[in-house]
Amino acid sequence: MTKEKRKRLIYSLVTYLLVIAAFIFLQSMIANKTISRSLKGQLVPICCWIVMAVSLNLVVGISGELSLGHAGFMSVGAYTGAVVSGWLLNGFDVQDTTLRLVLAIVAGGLFSGIVGALIGIPVLRLRGDYLAIVTLAFGEIIRSLVNVFYVGTADGKLHFSFLQKNMPDAVTMLVDGAKGAVKVKPISTFTAGFILVLITLVVVLNLINSRAGRAIKACRDNRIAAESMGVNVTKYKMMAFVTAAVLAGMAGALYGLNSSTVVPSQFTFNQSINVLVFVVLGGLGNVLGSIISAAFLTILPEMLRAFADYRMLVYAVVLILVMIFTNNPTIRSWVNRLTAPLRKKEKTGGDAQ
Amino acid sequence: MSNQAQAAPLLRVNDIHVYYGAIHAIKGISLEVHENEIVTLIGANGAGKSTTLNTIAGLLRPRQGTIEMGGAPIQGVSASKMVFRGLALCPEGRRIFQQMTVRENLEMGAYSRPASEIDASLTEMFQRFPRLKEREKQIAGTLSGGEQQMLAMARALMSKPKLLMLDEPSMGLAPILVEQIFDIVTELHQSGVTILLVEQNAQMALRVADRAYVMETGVITMQGDAEALLHNDAVQKAYLGS
Ligand SMILES: Nc1ncnc2c1ncn2[C@@H]1O[C@H](COP(=O)(O)OP(=O)(O)O)[C@@H](O)[C@H]1O
Ligand SMILES: [Mg+2]
Repeated sequence: MTKEKRKRLIYSLVTYLLVIAAFIFLQSMIANKTISRSLKGQLVPICCWIVMAVSLNLVVGISGELSLGHAGFMSVGAYTGAVVSGWLLNGFDVQDTTLRLVLAIVAGGLFSGIVGALIGIPVLRLRGDYLAIVTLAFGEIIRSLVNVFYVGTADGKLHFSFLQKNMPDAVTMLVDGAKGAVKVKPISTFTAGFILVLITLVVVLNLINSRAGRAIKACRDNRIAAESMGVNVTKYKMMAFVTAAVLAGMAGALYGLNSSTVVPSQFTFNQSINVLVFVVLGGLGNVLGSIISAAFLTILPEMLRAFADYRMLVYAVVLILVMIFTNNPTIRSWVNRLTAPLRKKEKTGGDAQ
Repeated sequence: MSNQAQAAPLLRVNDIHVYYGAIHAIKGISLEVHENEIVTLIGANGAGKSTTLNTIAGLLRPRQGTIEMGGAPIQGVSASKMVFRGLALCPEGRRIFQQMTVRENLEMGAYSRPASEIDASLTEMFQRFPRLKEREKQIAGTLSGGEQQMLAMARALMSKPKLLMLDEPSMGLAPILVEQIFDIVTELHQSGVTILLVEQNAQMALRVADRAYVMETGVITMQGDAEALLHNDAVQKAYLGS
């Protein structure tokens, strides 16, 4: 027990330390001005995709439910964040960008969590892969809805409608139908992204290592057995799903407030699948793996600029190669043999296997 | 014997009917299990044995009839609450937690109990199942069939149940392992665990049990002393292949 606990503790510590070290390293690059412009522009999105991947891993890897609409929660968060920030600025003249950003992120997470609960309550009671179908539909429905959704603010009040003509005359538009969230003031910062990643890690790692986390994994491994042990399966599946929805909403708010517009086409089914690729590539249930693969695969298309038209082709090839290298038993045993001397030194006298 | 029959049974199932949609799987079954008894429910594949156990365990709802545990009605109580009533189900097909270690599986078994009591029960389980002790840190999915069955039984025992329900513990095991599993069942009984045992292996089940019920397509066709049923002509013809 103590040994296993220590192993988990070390894993968590390594994860935190790597993230903090990466942050410090990148900050110093920014201070020295040695960072490339394209990478600097990617810093906030990288944080967002890390949060997306880690939170989806909670659903897919730990809870064992396939969710195909994670980008849908991101879009709920992005729109909520843009509306809240715009409303605070135009309606209440809140100039403090940090305050606006924090409130926008909190609202994005909250709203996305509520939507997650509404989806989860009926679906997670069922046995079978219904969640995949419903989340897939949800992602598409949300995208179609915001395409015809109008939000504006006038005299500190919010106005919503599915019809543009219902908006009052002296209104400042915040969400303008198919044009998306318009005139967003980009207020996201890399530091905010880093803090959000840390919050995500604290939430997810603690959940995984808790009694509740054990129960969630038990439901994944065997629903009937878990139930017979006294685990309320629906409750724990909900816990994982809603937590992930909240985190995705927060990531969405940060993502949305990183540019001047938010459009529905940013959060398509393809994006949900991309996040799923991060999770699978990093390893189901492996949080550190999700972080690394999300960061790496977000930067990769930029690094492949040189290949121009063949960029996505190369991207796919790299994906396949990474999959082969991390999963092929022959290559794995190679790597094990190569690193064996290192590990022996660590153990000093531990048994062979 | 007659005194025992007078005492309120630990479990009483009274005329339950269970449906899968339109399929009427259980057609009015009644049975009783008294404290410190092993009762076995035998019958051919598809007779409705698992359906009966799963209904008692709260995984399925009876459309009619009552189920009582220690005199209190438990039909309608959800499966995850049953363990708090002292009921443990060891489901058919060795449903262990494949990706967890042996130890984690056992700890999950004690999920309903305070953490302070778990270590003592673990020690007890490892004494009873030394094979599991040797494999404490092994991932459960890599255990052999017999070991998985032992783990499933040990895990069910970790909740300190008043009544342990075993659904075909011998299914798919080599004869030598079947013997072992039934030895364990006998030992558990001797140490005071009350058991409701579902089996297709009527021969073995009738040998270890005190009383037995014979099921056929959703109804109980025979019941009584296990020893007597073992020598009953009709049972021999139908289930013991002689
Ligand atoms: N999930 C289910 N849906 C529909 N019918 C089922 C289901 N499970 C079992 N049955 C039917 O109910 C009957 C009893 O099955 P079961 O209780 O599994 O039998 P046993 O455990 O005695 O082999 C069988 O006819 C079986 O086909
Ligand atoms: Mg059965």
